[in-house]
Amino acid sequence: MDRFGWIQLGLFLGLLLLLTKPMGLYLYRVLEAEGKTFLDPVLKPLERLFYRLLRIDPKAEQDWRRYTVSLLAFSLVGVVFTYAVLRLQHLLPLNPQRLGPVSGHLAFNTAVSFTTNTNWQSYGGESTMSYLSQMVALAIHNFTSAAAGIAVAAALVRGIVRHTAKTIGNFWVDLVRIHLYLLLPICLFYAVFLVSQGMIQNFKPYESSRLVEPMTVDVPKMDAQGQPVKDAKGNPVTEKQVVETQTIVEGPMASQVAIKMLGTNGGGYTNANAAHPYENPTPLSNFLQILSIFLIPGGLTYYLGRMAKNQRHGWSVWGAMAVLFLAGVLLCWWAEAAGNPRLHALGVDPAYGNMEGKEVRFGIFNSALFATVTTDASCGAVNAMHDSFTPLGGLVPLINIQLGEVVFGGVGAGLYGMLVFVVLTVFLAGLMVGRTPEYLGKKIEAYDVKVCAIAVLILIFDIMGFTAWGVGSRWGLAGLNNAGPHGFSEILYAFSSATGNNGSAFAGLTANTWWYDTTLGIAMLIGRFFFIVPVLALAGNLAKKKIVPESGGSFPVSGLTFVFLLVGTVLIVGVLSFFPALSLGPIVEHFLMVHSNVVY
Amino acid sequence: MTVKIHSLFEPEILRQAAGASFSKLHPRSLMKNPVMFVTEVGAFLTTVGIFFRPANEPLGFGLQVAVWLWFTVLFANFAEAMAEGRGKAQADALRKTRTQTMANLLKKDGALESVPAEQLRKEDVVIVSAGEVIPGDGTVIEGVASVDESAITGESAPVIREAGGDRSSVTGGTRVLSDRIKVVITANPGESFLDRMIHLVEGAERQKTPNEIALTILLSALTIIFLVVVMTLKFFGIYSGVSFSVTVLVALLVCLIPTTIGGLLSAIGIAGIDRLVQKNVLAMSGRAVEAAGDVNVLLLDKTGTITLGDRQATEFLPAKGVSVEELADAAQLASLADETPEGRSIVVLAKQFGLRGRNLAEMPNAHFLAFSAQTRMSGVDVDGRKIRKGAADAVKNFAGGRFPVEVEDAITRVSFQGGTPLVVADGARILGTVYLKDIVKGGLRDRFERFRAMGIRTVMITGDNPLTAAAIAREAGVDDFLAEATPEDKLALIRKEQAAGYLVAMTGDGTNDAPALAQADVGVAMNTGTQAAKEAGNMVDLDSNPTKLIEIVEIGKQMLMTRGALTTFSIANDVAKYFAILPAMLISAFPVIGPLNIMRLSSPQSAILSAVIFNALIIVALIPLALRGVHFRPLSAGALLRRNLLIYGLGGVLLPFPGIKIIDIGVNLFHLV
Repeated sequence: MDRFGWIQLGLFLGLLLLLTKPMGLYLYRVLEAEGKTFLDPVLKPLERLFYRLLRIDPKAEQDWRRYTVSLLAFSLVGVVFTYAVLRLQHLLPLNPQRLGPVSGHLAFNTAVSFTTNTNWQSYGGESTMSYLSQMVALAIHNFTSAAAGIAVAAALVRGIVRHTAKTIGNFWVDLVRIHLYLLLPICLFYAVFLVSQGMIQNFKPYESSRLVEPMTVDVPKMDAQGQPVKDAKGNPVTEKQVVETQTIVEGPMASQVAIKMLGTNGGGYTNANAAHPYENPTPLSNFLQILSIFLIPGGLTYYLGRMAKNQRHGWSVWGAMAVLFLAGVLLCWWAEAAGNPRLHALGVDPAYGNMEGKEVRFGIFNSALFATVTTDASCGAVNAMHDSFTPLGGLVPLINIQLGEVVFGGVGAGLYGMLVFVVLTVFLAGLMVGRTPEYLGKKIEAYDVKVCAIAVLILIFDIMGFTAWGVGSRWGLAGLNNAGPHGFSEILYAFSSATGNNGSAFAGLTANTWWYDTTLGIAMLIGRFFFIVPVLALAGNLAKKKIVPESGGSFPVSGLTFVFLLVGTVLIVGVLSFFPALSLGPIVEHFLMVHSNVVY
Repeated sequence: MTVKIHSLFEPEILRQAAGASFSKLHPRSLMKNPVMFVTEVGAFLTTVGIFFRPANEPLGFGLQVAVWLWFTVLFANFAEAMAEGRGKAQADALRKTRTQTMANLLKKDGALESVPAEQLRKEDVVIVSAGEVIPGDGTVIEGVASVDESAITGESAPVIREAGGDRSSVTGGTRVLSDRIKVVITANPGESFLDRMIHLVEGAERQKTPNEIALTILLSALTIIFLVVVMTLKFFGIYSGVSFSVTVLVALLVCLIPTTIGGLLSAIGIAGIDRLVQKNVLAMSGRAVEAAGDVNVLLLDKTGTITLGDRQATEFLPAKGVSVEELADAAQLASLADETPEGRSIVVLAKQFGLRGRNLAEMPNAHFLAFSAQTRMSGVDVDGRKIRKGAADAVKNFAGGRFPVEVEDAITRVSFQGGTPLVVADGARILGTVYLKDIVKGGLRDRFERFRAMGIRTVMITGDNPLTAAAIAREAGVDDFLAEATPEDKLALIRKEQAAGYLVAMTGDGTNDAPALAQADVGVAMNTGTQAAKEAGNMVDLDSNPTKLIEIVEIGKQMLMTRGALTTFSIANDVAKYFAILPAMLISAFPVIGPLNIMRLSSPQSAILSAVIFNALIIVALIPLALRGVHFRPLSAGALLRRNLLIYGLGGVLLPFPGIKIIDIGVNLFHLV
């Protein structure tokens, strides 16, 4: 845990703090249908044109049911469209590598993955997707799924602050405005910046170049049928192969990476994601990519405060998120810096920490920071292999996802997830002040508790149920490359990541199988929409209520006590639900690493 | 109500509750409480599991876990039965007053017929004479009588009931002491006030309150979460090469689900209503008690609530050339025959000026004039003097139509300060003014101050003019007042506050209060009030003490706080239980996990058993808290939250660590596993 790490951490948190208010104010203007922005002279005509073409009446608001139906219909069309493009990519243009059609289960998994803002990738981008698929089938969802998440958060906040109202906004208006005024302008500048750092943006076919130093590798020997040859003991036979050339990836990368980070999507253009030198060329690009994950989620807390006319509440939610972020990043950084004692025993210098699976360009701190931020949010982009982290270092991304990705969180999803926790916190602790619990003047009653409980329950069901199926069935175990607690962690991580719509992986798992593609796809759908529907129901129900004016007897939703309480509720719900599973995975693995010589 | 306050742990109630704990084991009655139902199923499974236990699990371990799980359910049942027990005892006492009564039914043709009371229907008319018991709830339509209502209110002093006006309602089971009244019956058998009281205190038809329903949903959700956690853990164990037995899994499940609050939740609700009954207030529903905790605005009648009903003399203001002693002497003389509280207070005040107490017998040739509504004066004619005291304009007429300037000033000043001026005259000579003051009850200002801290606004309702009202409001420290209030004004005020999102509580007794009582979120009717008022409100105060509204609010808050505190405590407990049970479950397969056993519990089986025992005993330990309610302090929400979070949140995390450790030591001391 060196000095430069501390400086960067301070810089990161400081910049995030500085950006929260301007971002929040801008979001406030974008998310109000009548809001005015400095881009109006350019974009207002375009916005009107869209409304006319799509026959949207920007003044007509929707109740929560119609809002939900609009969102679900929009998402369904997205899934079907992407599935079709992927299956037909060999017939479509912009495919210089002549890549074949994507298999049925992978196309389903990928279509769902990008529609749900998960960007779980059971494929390597550069070896599977044509330029058209990357741009039209995938990058489009990076925009729309992000916009949908922000729209849901805005709808919930409207539900909280409105009183005796039937409507919570218009989904189509939100969608158009978020794209036009928020995502597209920022991404335009962001992509140009990334190109300036050395990221590629072209339609050239892949290039091939000779290696300066040819290398020899062991590859499995195949027989005539393409099956691996095995020796008498049943071990695979390998043969030496000399590699002399390297294929270098090309394509429209910067345009996709900008929204991948800003929209907390995380789906890499290349298989190596942000560890690839093209996808993350410089220290500056690395730092700003991490920061851009938290940019909109941070701003949304300010938007909440502004809408509720209680800026202290907005900052308190920000504070609770910051506390959870710091706890995660410090634990991860410490565990990675401490390294693996068993390797130290073999002569590895402990000063290096655990460098397995990390880019030497980024080192310990930047890998730990990236891993923490990408899982605090539902981003899922990676610049290091989470699978190679120490057990406790890997525990942090895993538990971040399992807490519901509410630490700043995915764009929109982080705020609405945290607000579900806020409602539960207010209900639990609110009774202790001797009144029916109130959140910002709204009484929290049976219906509200019910929908919040359903939302939380479904996530836990989704993760635990599928993991149990995975570790208990031969389909699940077939994908494992590691036995023992680490293998368990890999399956647990996969379903946590899918359910939480994160998309990062403990990559030791071979997930492109019929069973994993299908179950992970279902887990993603459940994790996204079975959470959003209760959230919108909550928004609709809160909007209907009267607001009790604040008084000395009102439950305080700002200040240190509230921050402490909110952090406590998030941790208690998360830890109580996942502690048994985690103790069979990373926790026992940690003790095995430190206190034994057992090998799996 | 026979105000015999049943102590919390009377042997008779304990004995009955112990019996009821077993009859409540029936799954149909436990179904209403999902947490305890799951616990019962768990207890059943472990009992069956004893016969299918794995080879390495000793019989004693499985048996003891099963027994303690059954105890967990029994303890929760016991808590509920205890809460109901006190109500039942009170209901029994009430039933005794409902003995066979005969009624004198007045038939259409004017003849009297003697019929059993339970045959009376609405609209029947009965005659009740001195010494008889009133056969049913009704309204006096003729006559006036003194009635002993101690059976209902516990107050032994008789009250007057008369036809017309606000004192016309009578309650079945009370006894007429003098005179004879004609009563029209207003309740059918089984619907009378007494019947409703019995139902209420027995909790026979207890319905869950809105907040209780919401909390039950949350507790059920937690239960389902832990069911999933424990069921999937079985599969995770198989993958990891550990086989968890049914006993161990059920033990983990029961320790994790919120059994503490689940077991005590209904007891808290019943005890809340019961605490009101102890204060002689009947809540018509648990919902009303809960609403009382949420109240933002208290409408308080000035007379009787904020001020003592009677005005008192506090100062003599002599006219020019008259000494204070002379004025005091004259005022005392004029008040000797005045038996009103005002009159008596003048006599008392005069004594402070060195005047000895006089009595009527000392002055045989004096002629006393009592106060009357016509003259609005009282006085005495003695030794040729005609001393009078009374309302300013009445004395002005008597004395010949003019007051000295300083007397006029004094009258204006007293009025401005919210008092009532009485003028004393000796013939045509004006002696001065007596300052009669509305006396604000002691301690109210502090109380209102604390209410303000809790976010509750107090509004004084009075028929006085705005000047007087403002002065009294200022002195009492209420936040606002409504002067020259009519019942319509009161109703409009309630509607206005409710439209702004506030919950309103009020007290009332007259028939014209009924609409407001019905409109208010918490309407407390006085037992002395009319039948209409009692039916419109959702609480009845048997003592007819309007100040009690304040205590009702406190009890409502206390009930909600108790629920919140025990929920927090229950969930916080889970942390320690994990640290007891999980290492115990995993240590056989992964001995390296030893450091996680931070309590250093002696063996896996004793660790699990200790956690289960702690989980059961904590319910018993918290029964008194659930029944009495957490200690109530009127603080701001922030301060209350910090305080309760510290006690029940942090305390809930920490307490089980030593608790489980001590039980573990005991388990090993007696070689239980």
